[in-house]
Amino acid sequence: MSAWETVIGLEIHAQLATRSKIFSGSATAYGAPPNAQASLVDLGYPGVLPVLNAAAVRMAVKLGLAIDAQVTAHSVFARKNYFYPDLPKGYQISQYELPIVAKGAIDIVLEDGTVKRVGITRAHLEEDAGKSLHEVLPGVTGIDLNRAGTPLVEIVSEPEMRSAKEAVAYMKKVHTLVRYLGICDGNMQEGSFRCDANVSVRRSGSDKFGTRAEIKNLNSFRFVERAINYEVERQIELLESGGQVVQETRLYDPDKGETRSMRSKEEANDYRYFPDPDLLPVELDAAFIESVRATLPELPDQKAARFSREHGLSAYDAGVLTASRELADYYEAVVAAVPEEPKLAANWVMGELAAALNRDNLEVGSGKLPAARLAGLLQRIVDQTISGKIAKEVFEAMWAQGADADAIIESKGLRQITDRSAIERVIDEVMAKNPGQLAEYRAGKDKLFGFFVGQVMKATDGKANPAQLNELLKKKLGG
Amino acid sequence: MSDLHRQSVTQLAAGLRARRFSSVELVGACLARIEASQAALNAFVTVTGEPALAAAAQADRLLAAGDGGPLTGVPIAHKDLFCTQGVRTSCGSRMLDNFVSPYDATVVAKLKAAGAISLGKTNMDEFAMGSSNETSFYGPVRNPWNPALVPGGSSGGSAAAVAARLVPGATGTDTGGSIRQPAALCGITGMKATYGRVSRHGMVAFASSLDQAGALAPSAADCALLLREMAGFDERDSTSVDTPVPDYVAALEQPLAGLKIGLLREFFDKGLDPAYERCVREALKVYEGLGAKLTEVSLPSLPLSVPVYYVVAPAECSSNLARFDGVRFGHRCENPRDLNDLYRRSRGEGFGAEVKRRVMTGTYVLSAGYYDAYYLKAQRVRALINADFIRAFKEVDVLMGPTTPTPAFALGAKTADPITMYLNDIYTIGANLAGLPAASVPCGFVQDLPVGLQIVGPHFAEARVLTAAHALQRATDWHTRVPRAYA
Repeated sequence: MSAWETVIGLEIHAQLATRSKIFSGSATAYGAPPNAQASLVDLGYPGVLPVLNAAAVRMAVKLGLAIDAQVTAHSVFARKNYFYPDLPKGYQISQYELPIVAKGAIDIVLEDGTVKRVGITRAHLEEDAGKSLHEVLPGVTGIDLNRAGTPLVEIVSEPEMRSAKEAVAYMKKVHTLVRYLGICDGNMQEGSFRCDANVSVRRSGSDKFGTRAEIKNLNSFRFVERAINYEVERQIELLESGGQVVQETRLYDPDKGETRSMRSKEEANDYRYFPDPDLLPVELDAAFIESVRATLPELPDQKAARFSREHGLSAYDAGVLTASRELADYYEAVVAAVPEEPKLAANWVMGELAAALNRDNLEVGSGKLPAARLAGLLQRIVDQTISGKIAKEVFEAMWAQGADADAIIESKGLRQITDRSAIERVIDEVMAKNPGQLAEYRAGKDKLFGFFVGQVMKATDGKANPAQLNELLKKKLGG
Repeated sequence: MSDLHRQSVTQLAAGLRARRFSSVELVGACLARIEASQAALNAFVTVTGEPALAAAAQADRLLAAGDGGPLTGVPIAHKDLFCTQGVRTSCGSRMLDNFVSPYDATVVAKLKAAGAISLGKTNMDEFAMGSSNETSFYGPVRNPWNPALVPGGSSGGSAAAVAARLVPGATGTDTGGSIRQPAALCGITGMKATYGRVSRHGMVAFASSLDQAGALAPSAADCALLLREMAGFDERDSTSVDTPVPDYVAALEQPLAGLKIGLLREFFDKGLDPAYERCVREALKVYEGLGAKLTEVSLPSLPLSVPVYYVVAPAECSSNLARFDGVRFGHRCENPRDLNDLYRRSRGEGFGAEVKRRVMTGTYVLSAGYYDAYYLKAQRVRALINADFIRAFKEVDVLMGPTTPTPAFALGAKTADPITMYLNDIYTIGANLAGLPAASVPCGFVQDLPVGLQIVGPHFAEARVLTAAHALQRATDWHTRVPRAYA
């Protein structure tokens, strides 16, 4: 057992998938030319006022209900005051003392298969800031306020994770959840889903937390894992050499694979939070909350349990297949076509399909290989038109050509030979060509059975029905 | 020269509709008076003569066709913190000296839709922070009754412009008395609406939880007409209230008999000028004569208004004014060395002393370690003051008292000590903290200087306040008095 225990809490920022911004009517679409989606409200012009987007509230409530949290009847927007060029009003509208979602929890599955419950402290609504562009214009800094006012929900966990792997598992689970709920597109490259990690270490067995460092703005699962591992090592080395961890904000440099200090606690801003007088408190009644609850989809954990129950899948397989709503939907569409073989469907979706998608860097929803097409292939296995082995060849051709399984099978002549007399004829030929091996087999060298299978398959281009071949070959070789 | 400038908003609107005179004629006369008075009064920051005359010509065409709204062709002026599309909106500050608003405030748009024609933007205390109009970047406004005196503030330009009959009516905003105090000091009627009654969209924010727009005009009837057109729910202001706006004009003639008037004991304190008090008491006697019942009412928390206000208002202003950073609009310093230099010099050069004082005070009271002791405590006391008012309105229909402790004071008399300046709002701040509708109406003169009677009503009872004010004005003629130089 290690002498040190790691303590991690995450603050995840998920951009809500509303069409317009949280306090203005501007569009939130990614990738528009700089400031094309910045209205007078987003620019913080004199005299303009924020008006809360009800869609953002519904999404935050959805999240609260999905993590079994208390959705608060009365929450308040507060101003977080600080100066920065990409913060047009000189304050960010956020929630401070009274967030919209209070205590909740999320279950994650650890590597050894055990389930761990991670507490959620709170989740609150806030607006995003804009972006400073340091590299676009020579000598000056450009400001793009397209992102300013984009709605975010910040999900704050308890400091209950004990390793980088747990932190990643938690972050992935939240990622899965927000996408299931349809409240966030989860696009990490575009910054729609990112996190700050609070990391500290303490002597194993200690019940007091060590001093923590906050690593800002991690936008990939890999970076989260690497940054935390680096930071844990840094802190342990520091403490073991007699030093002390200082409370500070750090940045992760993915190129160098290290974290470095951004600002210390002493340099931290005093944000002077106070309730925003331009916005009324958000009052939610039970009827509203229930109306949102009625729109909740089947959640990942519920879906996984159902997959295990209905399709006899292991907890692991069910977990993999429900990691995204698209994958789960795909699997269910395939199973619907081959209801007698749910495990076969699972193996193909998690095996060949996942490998091919991964190889071509595609998402399951890309439409490259629709579920109906994969199902068509599996049906040909089930009805013995082709063997599982041939099916892999057919799959590759389907992937490459975008064609149906039947078309590939026909054009390549891959239909399985199930005609007993035809198989017998080939067996006879093989036996005639290999008298030596035949004699050895008959003398008791059973291992040569495989040799004969191989020879027949070779002679039939692998199309002989394997089960029939086995049966007939045993009979013939036996003499 | 005609006597058009002596007519009320109501008379002018009727005269225009009856084609007794044209809007071009009326607007021209007003523009001439503005120009003639500008050197002496400095009531305007910007005059928009050409577009006003063009709008007047258009109004005349509408009137000739028998079309138009309730204010078609009537000239008005806007306090220079209402955003006006294509026209400089300076807020009395160097910070916004170069700021041309790309949009109209809701108040501006609504009055335009009612047919009113803006002649320009009136001078004001910088960002509405002041009670004498001496903090304006464009220099002080002078009181038409005596140019050595202040007109009050922060809507001092609007009050002086109406008092000198440069325009028949003007808009103002009232955060701690900024409509009522200058109305009192200039001898006109000023009415602030209930918080939430008039949209704040397009009003450059000073203290968001206190700011509320209103009207300044010679009479309560004029204010009723202007306010009726300004008021109403606006989806662009989350704090505006979606409740129907009664016809304040139609309500004016309701009988007064039986009205229960509460005299605010805390307002008749030792700080009140005895001669001023005599005028107020005379007005109250008039009400008694009209059948109203007077009772004394005490609001024990009310004396805490000024300290509460000077925590809450600066706190909000310190945050509201953070957007003036030299980045997107407004004043930017020359050749900033770096970001901090840009902030420091742009804000240091753009803001005047009183604004800086309040931004610093507000930053302090919101700081970690002080927030509970100042901001939170002030909000608790504010709730007590509100509760005091609500309790009082269970017993009386309206509250009355003086608008200010003294008549207009000399320029420079209170600039050395901000606290004495702040105390000039001691009677007006309570209504802002509680979000109540309140008016100041002329009720006499002390040594040739006007005196104001303040009338405060319950939330959304603007009609009751205006009706009470109108009743006094039917029985007295103080509101018709015009400074000799502008008669």
